[in-house]
Amino acid sequence: MARRVGLEVSLACAEAVKLCNADVIAAYPITPQTHIVEHLSELVADGHLDAEFVPVESEHSAMSACVGSAAAGARTFTSSSAQGLALMHEMLFIASGLRLPIVMAVANRSLSAPISIWNDHSDIMAERDIGWVQTFAETGQEVLDLMLHAFKVAEDPRVCLPVAVNLDGFILTHVIEPMEMPDQAEADAYLPPFVPSQSLDPAAPVSMGMVGMPEVYTEAKKAALVALEDSYPVIKEHWEGFAEQFGRSYKPIETYRTEDADTLFVTMGSLGETCMTAVDEMRQDGKSVGQVRIRLWRPFPDEDFMAAIAGAKNLIFIDRALSPGVAAGPVATEMRALLYTKGKNMFTANFVCGLGGRDVTRTDFAGMLAKVEAAAAAGNEITCEMVGVKE
Amino acid sequence: MKTATEALKDFQKITPKKIPAVEPFSKGHRACQGCGEVLALRLVAKAVGMDMIAVSATGCMEIISSPYPQTAWEVPWIHVAFENAAAVASGIEAGRKALIRKGRIKDDGAKVVAFAGDGATADIGLQALSGALERGHDFTYVCLDNEAYMNTGIQRSSSTPYGAMTTTSPPGEKSKGQMTWKKNMPMIAAAHNIPYVATASPAWHVDLMNKVKKAVTIPGPAYIHIYSPCPTGWRCGPEVSIETARQVVKSRIFPLFEVIDGRFVLTRDIKKPIPVSEYFATQRRFSHLDENDIAYIQKRVDDDWDRLLSLCQVTADEPPVEEPPTGE
Repeated sequence: MARRVGLEVSLACAEAVKLCNADVIAAYPITPQTHIVEHLSELVADGHLDAEFVPVESEHSAMSACVGSAAAGARTFTSSSAQGLALMHEMLFIASGLRLPIVMAVANRSLSAPISIWNDHSDIMAERDIGWVQTFAETGQEVLDLMLHAFKVAEDPRVCLPVAVNLDGFILTHVIEPMEMPDQAEADAYLPPFVPSQSLDPAAPVSMGMVGMPEVYTEAKKAALVALEDSYPVIKEHWEGFAEQFGRSYKPIETYRTEDADTLFVTMGSLGETCMTAVDEMRQDGKSVGQVRIRLWRPFPDEDFMAAIAGAKNLIFIDRALSPGVAAGPVATEMRALLYTKGKNMFTANFVCGLGGRDVTRTDFAGMLAKVEAAAAAGNEITCEMVGVKE
Repeated sequence: MKTATEALKDFQKITPKKIPAVEPFSKGHRACQGCGEVLALRLVAKAVGMDMIAVSATGCMEIISSPYPQTAWEVPWIHVAFENAAAVASGIEAGRKALIRKGRIKDDGAKVVAFAGDGATADIGLQALSGALERGHDFTYVCLDNEAYMNTGIQRSSSTPYGAMTTTSPPGEKSKGQMTWKKNMPMIAAAHNIPYVATASPAWHVDLMNKVKKAVTIPGPAYIHIYSPCPTGWRCGPEVSIETARQVVKSRIFPLFEVIDGRFVLTRDIKKPIPVSEYFATQRRFSHLDENDIAYIQKRVDDDWDRLLSLCQVTADEPPVEEPPTGE
């Protein structure tokens, strides 16, 4: 039976990895990811989790060891943030290129310089094209649940891809939250032991990571692309299975009060909670506003997104990262491209906020809406605006 | 520390009449004519046997052995990137350890062996190697040292010997070629207090294979540094490849030794060394050196040899370092 517990989200993330019976954890400490790997070390040291904890000397080696471990057929977990994720960059592409079902919790944090340990999405937005399945959690419960789902998806023989679960640094990682903690039997029923389709086994030798000559490279990349696209129905299937098993349902795109709303905020991660409260307040003030939250970032659920925004007139894209030299943040740039390809012509605004741990408040959302209403009425665009810059 | 000593108590030597017939690394690869590196690799593979799990760093041996869909590897093999063969090997070892303990795979006694060139070892992969050695994973790391970045076109590495001409250490008005002394990787590996370190040359193939066999027999990390002639990069004929591998030892430039549980043991004493100039003569990479340069190198080679002999003497009777207490 599941228990109701009050737990720091990082610890819940680690407990989820334990529920998943990970065989290997290879990790290097970086704030704000540390509590996740510290707790996993404790679980291993105390004999509560039968796993090898490999305390590597860098994040590059963390992901390298994960590649080796997963290639050996072991259920493999790591976690990182910001500079650590950037140091892994090279290996992230190889992990997906070799089709290895590694699961990583990314405690989202801003990239240097200036050095900042606080939250935004600049770390993961620099890794959009790594070929991993990528999800964003809004709450601690969601972090816990997405971890189980991540292994389930990654190891599904129809997928065989690494999965990154994003959780906002500090805002989620260091918050104590009440949540439902499944028991081991429930977790086992959902997630059976990992059976790799192939591994480094002397009884059945395979070569992995061979040279891709120009005659085969394109085809190899195409196969990986198709694998990521084809993971979409499996991702949904395993969320449906999760709902049946645990009673909590998840969708690629979530909506809140979108019916009859003229203007929709599009958010990712923990900001969704604040936005939701702000939407309630704005609704009380008679504003026709709602919210769309992107949970599944890769592969991007185009149709779900288009369905979610179908009735709206105005969209407000919230970015927590910059894409310097381009007219908007990474989320807005992609979504505008999507709208264009779908033939949807509507007013869109982009606000970049919450960089480097700057708080984003309900008042901020109200301010954004006011600007959008004024701009839309005047027929002006808000291509991209950074919120709350002190000038 | 007596890990190696105990593991080698009943060590069955490979002899010239009992060379393993297995070929985990098969023929048909694309290495250059006279390549000493691929020969060394083949000898290592024969000594380890068919229960090897091989990891290759990016480099010549990876490129020539695995142009998809062809592979020269008859054993499980993985290539990931340039700088991380040791980290990948540590992950494989950790993964297998967990799976064996949990009864999910059988303990087949497979040996994890990482292969990397000198650049992948002494330069870009040094951190990953140091980490894996320090963490004590049960694996063998083989550095196939051809003394430059040959795969990319003969650029200097920190393992390139003093004076050698490469494409990024060209001799010129203001340069003698490589201006730094070769990084001493075996000593760096030994400084990690691992159970076994050895140097080897393909000119002594039985010695090479026995060192490899020892390395994979001993639990914990082992490091083997193999001198690997590269006719293409050294500007010498393919027919002198093995002779070069012999001369480098006979000149005392590349001594053959082992470090067993911290004790240095010379495996081939060179009582009457040939002059370094004799070793240089067949390789155009050294052809620009003048008498003064050669005298400097000779002196330094002699000094290094004496230092190694001293190390052998002082460590010979050292009591083993106490093992830490065991127990849960």
